[in-house]
Amino acid sequence: MRARRRSRAFYAQLAFTVLVAAFLVVPVVMSITAGLTVNFFQGVKSGLTVRWIGEVWRLYRDTITLSLMIALACLAVDLVVGVPAAYVLAKARSRWTRLVEEALVLPIAVPGLATALALILAYGTWREFRTSWLFILVGHVLFTLPFMVRAVLAVLSSIDLRTLEEGAASLGASFWQRFTGVVLPNCRGGILAGALMVVTLSVGEFNMTWMLHTPLTKTLPVGLADSYASMRLEIGSAYTVVFFFMIIPLLIGIQLAARPRRTAGVGEESA
Amino acid sequence: MSDGGVAIRLERCGKTFDDGTRAVAPLDLEIAAGETIVLLGPSGCGKTTTLRMIAGLEAPDPGGRVRFGAVDVTEIPIERRNVGMVFQSYALFPNMSVADNVAYGLRVRRVEAGARAARLEEMLAMMKIGELRHRHVDQLSGGQKQRVALARALAVRPRVLLLDEPLTALDAKLRDVLRIEIDALLRRLGMTAVYVTHDQAEAMALGDRIVVMSHGAVEQVGRPREIYFTPANRFVAEFVGTMNRLRGVARDGYLEVAGGRVPWRHDVGGEVEVLFRPERATVVETGGLTGRVLTAFFLGDRTRLVVEGISDTPLIVETSARTEFKPGQEVHVAIDSDALLRLAR
Amino acid sequence: MAAPGLARRDRPWLIALMLPVLVIFAAFFILPMARLAGVGAGGPRGLATYAAIVTEPRYFRSLLSTLALSAGVTVLTLAIATLAGVFLQRNTFRGRSALIAMLTFPLAFPGVVVGFMVIMLAGRQGLIGDISRLLTGQKLVFAYSMAGLLMGYLYFSIPRVILTIMAAAEKLDRNLEEAARSMGASAWQVVRDVILPGLRPAFLSAGAICFATSMGAFGTAFTLATEIEVLPMTIYTEFTLRANIALAAALSLVLGVITWLALALARTAAGSSVAASA
Repeated sequence: MRARRRSRAFYAQLAFTVLVAAFLVVPVVMSITAGLTVNFFQGVKSGLTVRWIGEVWRLYRDTITLSLMIALACLAVDLVVGVPAAYVLAKARSRWTRLVEEALVLPIAVPGLATALALILAYGTWREFRTSWLFILVGHVLFTLPFMVRAVLAVLSSIDLRTLEEGAASLGASFWQRFTGVVLPNCRGGILAGALMVVTLSVGEFNMTWMLHTPLTKTLPVGLADSYASMRLEIGSAYTVVFFFMIIPLLIGIQLAARPRRTAGVGEESA
Repeated sequence: MSDGGVAIRLERCGKTFDDGTRAVAPLDLEIAAGETIVLLGPSGCGKTTTLRMIAGLEAPDPGGRVRFGAVDVTEIPIERRNVGMVFQSYALFPNMSVADNVAYGLRVRRVEAGARAARLEEMLAMMKIGELRHRHVDQLSGGQKQRVALARALAVRPRVLLLDEPLTALDAKLRDVLRIEIDALLRRLGMTAVYVTHDQAEAMALGDRIVVMSHGAVEQVGRPREIYFTPANRFVAEFVGTMNRLRGVARDGYLEVAGGRVPWRHDVGGEVEVLFRPERATVVETGGLTGRVLTAFFLGDRTRLVVEGISDTPLIVETSARTEFKPGQEVHVAIDSDALLRLAR
Repeated sequence: MAAPGLARRDRPWLIALMLPVLVIFAAFFILPMARLAGVGAGGPRGLATYAAIVTEPRYFRSLLSTLALSAGVTVLTLAIATLAGVFLQRNTFRGRSALIAMLTFPLAFPGVVVGFMVIMLAGRQGLIGDISRLLTGQKLVFAYSMAGLLMGYLYFSIPRVILTIMAAAEKLDRNLEEAARSMGASAWQVVRDVILPGLRPAFLSAGAICFATSMGAFGTAFTLATEIEVLPMTIYTEFTLRANIALAAALSLVLGVITWLALALARTAAGSSVAASA
């Protein structure tokens, strides 16, 4: 039972895991290359260029900026609406608050398509609303709010909120002073994690947005679908590259904000 | 019921982990067949790692060998060493009932159903857990879980029983009860047992011999009486039982300390430091060493006094005198001069 | 509960802070959902529209293929993620963190992008086609078939499930496995009797989320424009191309109920709130 010698089973499992990882990563690499090379069929030999990215910017600049605007607006709404809600849920644990918590999860449980359809049926006749970007914003808020609430709620549940507030109250703080001076600073971590999550989800949301959008209110993923269907491969790839550049820093941010992951055991390997 | 058990020998067994920490320095240990040996020490001393090397869960560093009787088992993994192991956290399978837990080893070894059922009944009766057989693990109390763990480990007739701090997770009263049961069980079975604990009272009660360990090295091996009355060094002396410390100057046949002097028989002079057990000192009316009571703890059958002024550190002395002692009160303490131990660090 | 004095005085504040959420939720979710149910029942066939999902062969086929696809993806993903996840959790080696990062970063890809990835691998100019042509002389193209759809669904399911499995594997009590080994259990017996039962809650919760996400996935099927109709695509075509509003509404509601049930199962298995998104 020498610890250093790796068993055959170890290498077999390693090979399998590498294969799965390759399955996920190789097409990403391929599409990045396609978006940056002159001619996809000739490969990297034909030279690197930003021409396609330039094309994408020319064609889709508006959709990209609209996506960002919606994501930030969504974040703003989620912060203003969701953080206080999380606070209430953390403080008052009753039958009603549990019901609200369950209800908030519904927009995620139900497919985006269904939610979008419901919104259209309910408000489709109101033209100004239907054709504005606010319509899409509403869908995004419904979908992202539970994540913000849950992130902040998790942080608030892990600290002894009651004692902190009672301590502040005993020193003379009013409700508002307690909320802004004690509660909010303590949920910073949850707000940050929630914020990253919300922006990532909003930028990438497609199922709902595809139904809700109009030719004037297209978001990035909608543009992506558009380019895959009607544009040449290089442009679709370049657009995907732009998407990756936006999304990867957000993903890294989420990873860093989350708990660090450790390995289990010391020296023991799987048999 | 006596299974005899096997003699175990560890030769130059050390353990260094992947990150470089040296958990155990190469040690040699001989355990006789049927003996109960206790590995005693504070956490991090290497006692559990040593147990796991005997079990086959850790491999000793190159050069180390583990023998069961005449057979070298170093290369044999735990699945084939036929040891019984009892863990601090019991490690009962939560997806199985008590009966399935106890019979697991028999099932894995493909013992046929009739023999399996018979052995199961035997073990349930021996550990007195018959009426628990259909219960699930999370319905059991700590003491019950420990009995199930013992039954499970013994069901496969192991050559050696390995126990890793089995009583640490239980409350004090339950620990006392189970300690007596385990002691009786080990004596009845006559099998070789290696018991790991940090509780020196447990070690003294259960062990035929005790191995005191610290920082990965063996400090002393001996019977409980040897460990207690003739500790090999300061660490063993202070870890097992309580020790008082006297610091002073030895000259002209006396050891002079702050509170007086005691006869000095060693042929060393100058500044010395000695240790002695509290029970070798008595409270006397006059004479001896003089000090002041710092605190007095009334324990019912005796009073424990913390006395200052005799040496540079407070001493602990016990007395069964029925008088009440008050803080600040002057007391006289007499110490047997042959109770003074001079020990290297 | 908080001390009576503080709680009672705070109550109006708490209600005020909760109000925006409740208003938004009521106006933009509850109301529209009720309308959806109503529209579904208000079409030319009334409540029978809901039954159409089983009575009409086209819709029933769509439901069945979606169920079969989701179930298949769930089983496959659990198997793959368990094998890779437990291995990664238990072993240290150079490149381990890189491997984990590679396996989890596609987590936030929208369905459209996943569809594009499948085209990159299995489309007409795909990598797999090139490899198979080198090896067998025939180009293998399956992006636009059920196999391609399956591959796409696997692509977005594996990262999610692997994370859950790894988190659960970390919490497994190693002593249980050591106890089983001390009684003579072989590696396979330890997996069967200790590890897999130990991971069961994670299997249920991650599996249910995977199933729900696959049921509701739209973007991937949309990009791959397959002949195979999954339920979300059926709903989409009924609504936009055929203006069959009542039917689309009814089908959406049925789909919503199925996914919600699956997630409720996941929540009871995991004991905390979980979510699906694709």
